Amino acid sequence: MFLTYLRRELFGRRKQTAIIAAGMALAIGLVIIVNAFSQGVQSAQSKVLESVYGVGTDMTVTLTPVAPTAPSGPQSFGFDRNSGTNVSGTQKVSQSRLTGGIGGGQFMPTSDLATVEQTTGVKGAAGTLALQNITFSGQIPQAFQVPLPASGAGGGPSVQKMQPRTKLNRGGTNGNGGSSFNVDRFSVLGVDLSKTAVGPLSAITVSNGVGLTSTDTGTYKAVLDSNYATSAKLSTGGSINIGGQDFSIVGLVTPSTSDSSSASDAYISLDVAQKLSGNADKLSTIYVQANSNKDIANVKASLASVLTADTVKTQSDLASSVSGSLASASSLVSGLGYWLSIAVLIAAFLIAILFTISGVSRRTREFGTLKAIGWKNRRIMAQVLGESFIQSMLGGLIGIGIGLVGIFAINRDNLTLQGSASAGSLFSGFGRRAVAGGANANGFPSPVGDPATLPQGAFGGSGRRSVETVQTITMHLPVALNVILLAVALSIVGGLLAGAFGGWRASRLSPAAALRSVN
Amino acid sequence: MYELSNVSKTYKQRNRLVEALQSVDLQIADGQMVAIQGPTGGGKSTLLQLLGALDRPSSGTITLGDVDISSLPDSKLVEIRSHKIGFVFQTFNLIPTLNALENVEIALQGEKISSSARIERAEAALASVGLSDRTRHLPSELSGGQQQRVAIARALVKNPEILLADEPTGNLDEQTRDDIMDLLEGLWREKGLTLVVVTHDSAIAKRAQRRLVIQAGKIREAS
Ligand SMILES: Nc1ncnc2c1ncn2[C@@H]1O[C@H](COP(=O)(O)OP(=O)(O)O)[C@@H](O)[C@H]1O
Ligand SMILES: [Mg+2]
Repeated sequence: MFLTYLRRELFGRRKQTAIIAAGMALAIGLVIIVNAFSQGVQSAQSKVLESVYGVGTDMTVTLTPVAPTAPSGPQSFGFDRNSGTNVSGTQKVSQSRLTGGIGGGQFMPTSDLATVEQTTGVKGAAGTLALQNITFSGQIPQAFQVPLPASGAGGGPSVQKMQPRTKLNRGGTNGNGGSSFNVDRFSVLGVDLSKTAVGPLSAITVSNGVGLTSTDTGTYKAVLDSNYATSAKLSTGGSINIGGQDFSIVGLVTPSTSDSSSASDAYISLDVAQKLSGNADKLSTIYVQANSNKDIANVKASLASVLTADTVKTQSDLASSVSGSLASASSLVSGLGYWLSIAVLIAAFLIAILFTISGVSRRTREFGTLKAIGWKNRRIMAQVLGESFIQSMLGGLIGIGIGLVGIFAINRDNLTLQGSASAGSLFSGFGRRAVAGGANANGFPSPVGDPATLPQGAFGGSGRRSVETVQTITMHLPVALNVILLAVALSIVGGLLAGAFGGWRASRLSPAAALRSVN
Repeated sequence: MYELSNVSKTYKQRNRLVEALQSVDLQIADGQMVAIQGPTGGGKSTLLQLLGALDRPSSGTITLGDVDISSLPDSKLVEIRSHKIGFVFQTFNLIPTLNALENVEIALQGEKISSSARIERAEAALASVGLSDRTRHLPSELSGGQQQRVAIARALVKNPEILLADEPTGNLDEQTRDDIMDLLEGLWREKGLTLVVVTHDSAIAKRAQRRLVIQAGKIREAS
């Protein structure tokens, strides 16, 4: 009888049922789409991050940058009278330097890696050393021996606003024609070749030639990012000068997760990178993989407590460094989408409650009659609760349908988003190829952008290139069971809430008064 | 057997009190048919609600059999309503979304019987009011007289001892009015009910064994 009455009420009062169900359906559909969208954005973000950090990297450890108190002094390329070759009155010079951080190289000791590896909850860790190779080459008239580049913005030849990898040939500033300089820079990443499971090595795949393996440790072998190799006209089998040493190019790599550039232009053995840059036992970033997702927070806390000089960042910390339309999408869902779905949900609940209550009011005499013929309050409560429960569930089911259709439509449209991880945040002020000017993601003024702390003032302009690894990611909205369950739970809650209010109203009616009601 | 002694019912209407019933003393024997007459607002419905255990008096006692229904809690009153008392209303008060059969069935929802037994009883009750051929019709598909027959079937399907009818013919035309009164009278006779009928119609009241008049909250036997 309960079910018959329920069914009759739901079908007999279609408008009421339709309104409550429609409100709930809209809200549930929105919740599902927003949730799926936010999961899609999250996985897109982690894809962007993975291309730089490696697959499965849960957190990174970098030295907390401090403003250098005593600048390490101007780094200068010293060309003496005898360096280079003499060609008809001009001296041809070329020097390649593998340098640490532009601000003097703020790196952490290798012992930090050991500390990380000993921390409980850590599954694996790999240390890297991110460097830049700067090659300065050109011709100067023999008569004018200029130390190049000199300290300070105005000191050297004005080779400002130089784009990376762009060779600028300028006449000498000393008034004597015939000076011509090339500056070329590219990023070099020293990687521990025995650790391919964690860190940047896990994020690249060999597209040509062979990759570096642990047997290559200590050798002058390099693999190049294939985009860089193309632009620098280098290929497998050739050689590249890094820090004054000729490296043989054994292979080319691309990021595993996208078609864009990988984390570095060149990859070499970590110990070689340390030796050539004069950073023995130094690391720029430690990539950490936790035993499980549950351990991440604990591992982060224990690392932060032992490695006091370092900054520990998890994927979610790093997600904020992802920029581009992906970041806009992320803030859209976490901002507007989140609040919109909460607002619509509240509205749907209110609609359900108000319509249930007004439905009860309209049926006052009906409930009075039921009480008169012997229905207990509990029974009337159950009736109202059952009705609004079914109405909400119906709405919830339709909402799930709307949500799935929405997800399907978005997935079918192959919505693409662009995302890039800012290098400034990745390497604590030392970027791949170049570093962002101004404040980096750590909130510290980037040593690069600030000419006062810039040893190579003349190169300040080249540091303006901040964003890279721009990746185009096709949004894929997952259909997650937990979101469906959440939707079902929300419609149950909405139905019970509305039914509880309405049922309470109905059961509280005095039968005598209810029967006198004109309704 | 009803026994009312010194029963008063006072309602609060905004800032004034309305004495709907004043010191009513009344006895109704089992199996009696009583007609209650009187002007509108006199207190007829109020008395019927007290008799029907829908409400409690402001003062005085009402006993039904040996139970004092003037002091029982709501949970006990609903038991009495569900077993002993049947109601018929002026406006029929059928549930618009349920068909005739289901409207009768809902009166049996508290009883632990199978659904087939319930349907059987409901069909029998509808047959006893002459509506066997209208069981699947919605109230909106029935005439006023037919709706009131459904309501009477709903009141009687529980086999109550008492049937309380508050102006059961008030919304019906003259012809139907007599049919319904014939029906009620026949059922009263057949089932040995205690029947209390509130009516404006003196012709109807004359059919009753006993006639009472309530005016301004005071009750008296009609001569
Ligand atoms: N729930 C109530 N609240 C306030 N006054 C009421 C209520 N029920 C009845 N009354 C008043 O009590 C008096 C008697 O009403 P009622 O018993 O319905 O009379 P009748 O049925 O004879 O027309 C009327 O004045 C009516 O306004
Ligand atoms: Mg009345």
